[in-house]
Amino acid sequence: MACDEEVNCGRRRLIVATAAVGGVAGVATVVPFVASMMPSERAKAAGAPVEVDIGKLALGEMMTVAWRGKPVWIINRTPEMIASLKVTDPLVSDPHSDKPQQPAYCKNETRSIKPEYMVVIGICTHLGCSPSEKFETGAASGISPTWPGGFLCPCHGSTFDLAGRVYKDKPAPENLEVPPYRYLSDTKIVIGEDKKEA
Amino acid sequence: MKKLLFALLLAPVLAYAAGGELHLDHAPDRTGNNVALQHGAKLFVTYCLSCHSASFMRYNRLQGIGLTDKQIVDGYMYTADKVGEPMTIAMRRDDAKQWFGVPPPDLSLEARARASELGSGADWLYTYLRSFYRDDSRPTGWNNVVFPNVAMPHALWQLQGEQVLGADGKLKLVKPGQLSPAKYDADVADLVGYLQYMGEPAAQTRERLGIYVLLFLSGFLVLAYALKREFWKDIH
Amino acid sequence: MASKMKGLLDWVDERFPLTSSWKAHLAEYYAPKNFNFWYFFGSLALLVLVNQIVTGIFLTMHYKPDASLNASGVPVAFASIEYIMRDVPWGWLIRYMHSTGASAFFIVVYLHMFRGLLYGSHRKPRELIWIFGMLIFLCLMAEAFFGYLLPWGQMSFWGAQVIVNMFSAIPLVGPDLSLWLRGDFVVGDATLNRFFAFHVIAVPLVLLGLVVAHVIALHEVGSNNPDGIEIKKHKDERGIPLDGIPFHPYYTVKDIVGVVVFLMVFSAVIFFMPEGGGYFLESNNFIQANPLQTPPHISPLWYFTPYYSILRSITYPLFGLDAKFWGVIGMGAAVVIFFFLPWLDRSPVKSIRYKGPIFKTALALFVGVFCILGYLGMQEPTPARLVVSQICAVIYFGFFILMPIYSKLDKCKPEPERVTG
Repeated sequence: MACDEEVNCGRRRLIVATAAVGGVAGVATVVPFVASMMPSERAKAAGAPVEVDIGKLALGEMMTVAWRGKPVWIINRTPEMIASLKVTDPLVSDPHSDKPQQPAYCKNETRSIKPEYMVVIGICTHLGCSPSEKFETGAASGISPTWPGGFLCPCHGSTFDLAGRVYKDKPAPENLEVPPYRYLSDTKIVIGEDKKEA
Repeated sequence: MKKLLFALLLAPVLAYAAGGELHLDHAPDRTGNNVALQHGAKLFVTYCLSCHSASFMRYNRLQGIGLTDKQIVDGYMYTADKVGEPMTIAMRRDDAKQWFGVPPPDLSLEARARASELGSGADWLYTYLRSFYRDDSRPTGWNNVVFPNVAMPHALWQLQGEQVLGADGKLKLVKPGQLSPAKYDADVADLVGYLQYMGEPAAQTRERLGIYVLLFLSGFLVLAYALKREFWKDIH
Repeated sequence: MASKMKGLLDWVDERFPLTSSWKAHLAEYYAPKNFNFWYFFGSLALLVLVNQIVTGIFLTMHYKPDASLNASGVPVAFASIEYIMRDVPWGWLIRYMHSTGASAFFIVVYLHMFRGLLYGSHRKPRELIWIFGMLIFLCLMAEAFFGYLLPWGQMSFWGAQVIVNMFSAIPLVGPDLSLWLRGDFVVGDATLNRFFAFHVIAVPLVLLGLVVAHVIALHEVGSNNPDGIEIKKHKDERGIPLDGIPFHPYYTVKDIVGVVVFLMVFSAVIFFMPEGGGYFLESNNFIQANPLQTPPHISPLWYFTPYYSILRSITYPLFGLDAKFWGVIGMGAAVVIFFFLPWLDRSPVKSIRYKGPIFKTALALFVGVFCILGYLGMQEPTPARLVVSQICAVIYFGFFILMPIYSKLDKCKPEPERVTG
């Protein structure tokens, strides 16, 4: 629409300008309210990195710690357990950890910084139940005679290997999530922090 | 009738005289002075945190006076492990009540709570911390001009020294402490500045933002008024 | 695209009075063209109401109405306020907007009511607008009272304790009424939780309903104006009042200016003096509630102090009932008497512009004593102050009770036929 008279043009420009500035004011007002719903300092403090002493963790054993309200499993993997990962390579849907379920430094065969210790969040990537530990191999596990050891989620039957990788044709779509973590020493790790941050 | 009028005339005078005679010194302004505030924070965690908590103040809020997380952990954290935790104390509340008669109050908001017509909360705290005097009739051996019969001993006595209350109602320093009176006053001002920061850590952000908001609104006012005049040309 | 929008609009209009409402209440609601400064406060009151509701909702996301002590010995409710002030991103801003908004609400509403007194907006045929307005005022006082307990500071606690105990002054039912209101023998967690329910949902719903009724009643009759004459008396051939202009765009555009000026004052307070010199956020309320120790100097929030003064000024027992009871009655009467204004004012003209010197003096006196009573209510009582407040209370009630007489006696000027500036 062309503005023919001067009055009309001026008026329209003023309306547009006022509306625009008013819009800016509106957005500026909305921002603090929306931001106030983000995690508070209290939530962030409660979600702070957790130091774990793994010195007492026996070979083949698993311990669970809480980080950000979630269970984090730390497994002291035996050489057999590490070897079983080659066996499960063809059985899992994402053997090379292509999907971003782990920090860059854990995109490897064992999905960990050191092969001996597996650090993984114990929440099934299907709908959020916590899978059960099934380290017993073979028929004794109750899963199958060729079961190499791993985890079984009781809710909908997804299975994971000892690097947290999900088996093919199971309800869970992705490997178990590996949290950021780093070693403070051989017996201490910090969950929730990358090596760069500190 | 005459009595009524007389009372009316006297009313404002009487109202004024009814006020207290306590005079508060004006606390030197330390807002924005990060060096002074960091010093004040150091004094706080050294001398105050053993008895008083500041349970609403998280250690990492000290970033607001220019400290990094590492500096906070190394130099200021005595009562917590993680920098996100609040400044609580080791003393159990029930123990405190038993030892002092009344648990030492949490100091997070003290600078805001002590504001009155006599002066700001900072003024009260600044005067209070410099007004302790020896009084053997008190269980702690200390009394305070600003807060008569206070249960708190003079936590900073080693720095200030000992004062006594003269018959004229004035305080006199009889035993000097580690600091000269001028240096002590400056240190107390730093501590009080820190208490003020702790009372409202968002204060600086608030004032900075306020300037932008008012500037923006002034501009918007000009525009809105022009719009109004444009439309109202039609009327009359 | 435009025709698609028109199509959608037609679809809605066939099923819902959207365009007709827009016309009736905005684009073709004809308001007098001579609205002045005093006419900003209605729309500002609406703005503040929206502010209180929005900031209130976001505060409720983080506030906890729990009087029990946490691990550090601090009441959870009190701690949750500091949580909002320190740990919630922008929480401090939302809190200050809400606390300043509460005081702003009363400033705006008192000025809005004063406009009514100035121009006779309570006179026939607008009595019902006035009554809805007074009911809104009562709800606002209740809302502020319930809300003030929530921070659970020393002033919150003791203020609530005193006011709820006031009810115990009512003969026969008093003490049981207080017990029922509190839900306990003393103001405590039970009281806090129910005041939270009243403040967050019960009273706001009633308030919103009353505001809608207030505006509907206004639009039914049409707005008054500074000259106090009825613009509907002179219409053109289309039935539009000669002195009327459509509310939209003229008053929407003018109200934007009013809103911006208001926001500047509002922002100046929020960003530079949110405590309002100790009147908007009282220093004693930064101390957590202590049921065992009353602070040396309690007073209600500034907007209640005129009525509080009147309550304190009544010190004589009467008819076998003690002064405490009559104080409560006096305080109630001071608010309720406003309801009768439409019938007390017998002046032949509506607006102060055409009233005589008696009314002008009376109104000036009323405003003066209202302010003095307000000031006295914030101070500690002394014998001299008591006498002053008693005199002021007499003048306060005299303004209303004597109005039927002096409004008739007053020498008025003739009203114009058409509005002046």
